[in-house]
Amino acid sequence: MNDPIKFVPKRDIRVDWQLIADMIEPGSRVLDVGCDDGQLLAHLAETKNVEGRGLELSQHGVNICVANGLSVVQGNADTDLVYYPDDSFDYAILSKTLQTTHQPHVVLEQLLRIGRRAIVSFPNFAYWRCRTYLAFQGRMPMTNSLDIPWYETPNIHFCTLTDFTALCEEMDVKIEQSVIVKASGKVMTRSTYGAFANFFGSDCIFMLSKKD
Amino acid sequence: MSISPPHSDNQTVILGRETPLKLDCGVTLDAISMAYCTYGTLNADKSNAILICHALTGDQFAASRQPVTGKNGWWEMMIGPGKVLDTDRYFIVCSNVLGGCMGTTGPGDIDPKTSKPYGLNFPIITIGDMVRAQAMLQDHLGIKSWFSVIGGSMGGMQTLQWASAYPERVFSAIPIACAARHSAQNIAFHEVGRQAVMADPNWQGGDYYASDKRPTAGLAVARMAAHVTYLSEAALHRKFGRNLQDRDNLTYGFDADFQVESYLRYQGINFVDRFDANSYLYITRAMDYFDLVEDHGGSLASAFEGTKTRFCIVSFTSDWLFPTSENKEIVHALIAAAANVSFVEVETDKGHDAFLLDTPEMFKTIDGFLQSSAKSRGLIA
Repeated sequence: MNDPIKFVPKRDIRVDWQLIADMIEPGSRVLDVGCDDGQLLAHLAETKNVEGRGLELSQHGVNICVANGLSVVQGNADTDLVYYPDDSFDYAILSKTLQTTHQPHVVLEQLLRIGRRAIVSFPNFAYWRCRTYLAFQGRMPMTNSLDIPWYETPNIHFCTLTDFTALCEEMDVKIEQSVIVKASGKVMTRSTYGAFANFFGSDCIFMLSKKD
Repeated sequence: MSISPPHSDNQTVILGRETPLKLDCGVTLDAISMAYCTYGTLNADKSNAILICHALTGDQFAASRQPVTGKNGWWEMMIGPGKVLDTDRYFIVCSNVLGGCMGTTGPGDIDPKTSKPYGLNFPIITIGDMVRAQAMLQDHLGIKSWFSVIGGSMGGMQTLQWASAYPERVFSAIPIACAARHSAQNIAFHEVGRQAVMADPNWQGGDYYASDKRPTAGLAVARMAAHVTYLSEAALHRKFGRNLQDRDNLTYGFDADFQVESYLRYQGINFVDRFDANSYLYITRAMDYFDLVEDHGGSLASAFEGTKTRFCIVSFTSDWLFPTSENKEIVHALIAAAANVSFVEVETDKGHDAFLLDTPEMFKTIDGFLQSSAKSRGLIA
């Protein structure tokens, strides 16, 4: 064990991770809910000097994180966020995990309680490829980013961009920033593209805060 | 492998001559002996010291030959040059607990008031007392704060107690397979063990030291019962199944027909050679009394309020003595206290004993945690 376990980042950082990193102030306190094997946390620690913590459901992911020196605990976004104190983080991140939770709206509430800001990314189910897949093949959509068949996918609560903004309105949550990503990785803004964003965007990233 | 760094075989120091040890039960011990072993070299600013807390029947010989049994240290897999507890980098200290029987003051030692062994006149001790005594050793060694305190089972309890009672003296803490309070089931098992000892006529009310008899039969039964709780159903099945011991047929008697019986008898018989029955009573009692929740007004989080210590909790899937759920209670409390905490549940069928065995996932976890802690302590670049 003389050689420290080397962290090998994937060659290209996931597009949504880069966009999330762009939203984060250097040196802040970050909780990554559903942090997987810790790539985003490691990226944020390296590029933004954040004090990072993680919560991850899969034992495999947690073990990789801790072996790499990240502060991560095994736990469930649906049940374990209640243990975190109010406003204990600058950002609570939920990247591509919202759609896997049992009660997405409760998880959102918890994120906004724990973090001064919440950053949430999710796949847009109204993306045109999903729409045409369902319309013409009559089967549950599978795309490049949604590549697991319906019977195996952990995604149980899909939503669309419009669904999500409606939920934010219903929950009286302030949308501080939103970034819509096309499958090509190109970024659109909701203000310029309006309803088109819900058609052409494959992935969405929101930064949210509580309204005063 | 490099050449072994300095390691000191058993040393004993007298502690508390000036400031006696006040026990939770109200009694004061004027001076205590503390036996310990060290491995590796203490650096100039004394920032690389790791305290290992041993479990119920462990001792200070974590990585050296046990003088009674002649066997290797109980955690040699973890300690040594290039190992997880790297003696090229860290100064490792392991002391025998208060109440023990390998050199630290315990019920088998001479009571200065009577000039006879304490026996049951030894005061009841707690995990808090054990840690207070270890803190005296820390002072004696001139170490302001441990780089890490680590231990499994009762060692994990001591680790939690350390982090709670002396947060400024503990930079990082690794409680393994433990709980913040001893469960009813665990108290029950301990009571079975104690009753087995006390039912042995050779126990003589605990005053057996002057006689040539020892309550070995009772202590062996206590050990056998306890040993089952350290394993798992799956591990017992994998190791022994219903295999017969050196025979082809059942004997229709009460010999150890089955391998599992023979194994347990062996565990029991070997144990009594190296362990004092009264120590077993006192130390199991200390574990039973451990309740960090009650000590903090019913809120475990307040035991760790404002802590700067970094924590790494490890549990094992097949451990039914200190199951993951109890380890998670600690994790949740630490999260509520906004502490820096990592938690890994290791998949294994080896039961509670997994922390003493070759468990690579545990090694990797602790190694990663220690390396990142060492970076933040400035021990490695």
